[in-house]
Amino acid sequence: MRAFTYQRAASPAEAAAAALKTPGAKFIAGGTNLLDLMKLEIETPPHLIDVNGLGLDKIEPTKGGGLRIGALVRNTDLAADAKVRKDYAVLSRALLAGASGQLRNKATTAGNLLQRTRCPYFYDTNQACNKRLPGSGCSAIGGISRQHAVVGASTACIATHPSDMAVAMRLLDAKVETVRPNGQTRVIPIADFHRLPGTTPHIETSLQPGEFITAVTLPKPIGGTHIYTKVRDRASYAFALVSVAAVIQTDGTGRIALGGVAHKPWRVEAAEKELPRGAKAVSAKLFANAVPTPENRFKLTLAERTLAAALLEAKG
Amino acid sequence: MDDASDPDFNRRDVLVGTTASFALTGGGTAAAQPIAVSAPVVSKVAFRVNGKDQVLDLDLRTTLLDALREHLNLTGTKKGCDHGQCGACTVIVDGRRINACLSLAVMHEGDEITTIEGLGTPTDLHPMQAAFVKHDGYQCGYCTPGQICSAVAVLDEIKAGIPSHVTRDLTGTVELSPAEIRERMSGNICRCGAYSNIIDAIEDVAGVA
Repeated sequence: MRAFTYQRAASPAEAAAAALKTPGAKFIAGGTNLLDLMKLEIETPPHLIDVNGLGLDKIEPTKGGGLRIGALVRNTDLAADAKVRKDYAVLSRALLAGASGQLRNKATTAGNLLQRTRCPYFYDTNQACNKRLPGSGCSAIGGISRQHAVVGASTACIATHPSDMAVAMRLLDAKVETVRPNGQTRVIPIADFHRLPGTTPHIETSLQPGEFITAVTLPKPIGGTHIYTKVRDRASYAFALVSVAAVIQTDGTGRIALGGVAHKPWRVEAAEKELPRGAKAVSAKLFANAVPTPENRFKLTLAERTLAAALLEAKG
Repeated sequence: MDDASDPDFNRRDVLVGTTASFALTGGGTAAAQPIAVSAPVVSKVAFRVNGKDQVLDLDLRTTLLDALREHLNLTGTKKGCDHGQCGACTVIVDGRRINACLSLAVMHEGDEITTIEGLGTPTDLHPMQAAFVKHDGYQCGYCTPGQICSAVAVLDEIKAGIPSHVTRDLTGTVELSPAEIRERMSGNICRCGAYSNIIDAIEDVAGVA
């Protein structure tokens, strides 16, 4: 691990200003992904800004009947919150399907959104990776790509976003609240938060330099039956090959978002209109522009079947 | 075995010395392209480990795991993967289990840390330690301290009503069951494969055996 300097921030605005002041500085909260990457020198921040003392660890009702989740609410606490379990069960389910108990005790809401891909070529510093070293190429393309993206990828990067939580947040139309180094705040719809790789896979979110996440808000509950179905190589503590988040209403309408298939949580609103016609029709719309590799083509079949299983479960 | 009690001397020192002499005689490209390394920054941190106050001056890069093992000589907590994947380093901080390898020591100012040494002693075993002995919940024993710390915290999590991936009804109470214990222990890998005996030990303590 490279040496770094360290400070504890006293306010969100101070944290943002400090991050802008030292190029390459990083916020650290749970640290479960950042320290992993620092040990491998994939991340080499010269300065760490500890944001744990900012009091952003509360879950509160919003005026609009939704919830404001502080950026530092731990994954364990968010999954266990009574209101989340009752009104946003898909979020609890997604969180509990991810990581281990030890990691969920440390990992935070904002940190979960910002975690990096687990593409093995991103993790291996001997391999070309446009995300780790822009312009160096992509060893995953033509490499071992069983876990990689099947849709929305580019010729520069076929990595997937690893988060389960983010898939549920996308389904629920969450909004990301931030403060910028100049003290201004803004709200980013989750649909605009994560980016597709395009020619700049190293730019993963719409956050500006120094911009600091203070909270994630959920709109008022939408009812329905909440499902999160995750398919992975072992029954627990593994990243998704495919995951399906679904909220299905009694009339058969609903929302669908997928994990494990793209560089960001994959939701296509037009596909949801096909829900009354079943998983095959929805899947056709979700993956209309899919470009799988020979090794991960199976994900298209797996996604359709996982979706069918989720819809069946929703019928009860 | 006297060396084991001396934190200043261990087998790794010998290995490091050997490696260094190879590097000197080997010459080569590393010396031709020196990597700019900024000087380590040292900081003071104070926390409480197994009921005892500790104040340490540490390189900021020191993980909680290395602080426990290398600076406090509490080598019960093990370093397995050092990347949060195996659970051998599991300790309990302010009542919650975490991977000590993925946490900077300096970020634990004022925290209350419990390691395997704090749960029980050879003459006064914690019930979970006694159950692992009774059920032979290990083979090589390397993952055992992490398994035991994790297991103690798992039973507390169930008692506190924290749900898991296998909890059927999120709005109901969380039931203590073998399935719940298995799911919650997935962050602790046992390379010897002693899982069935580990589960037996935890179920024994939990009273669901």
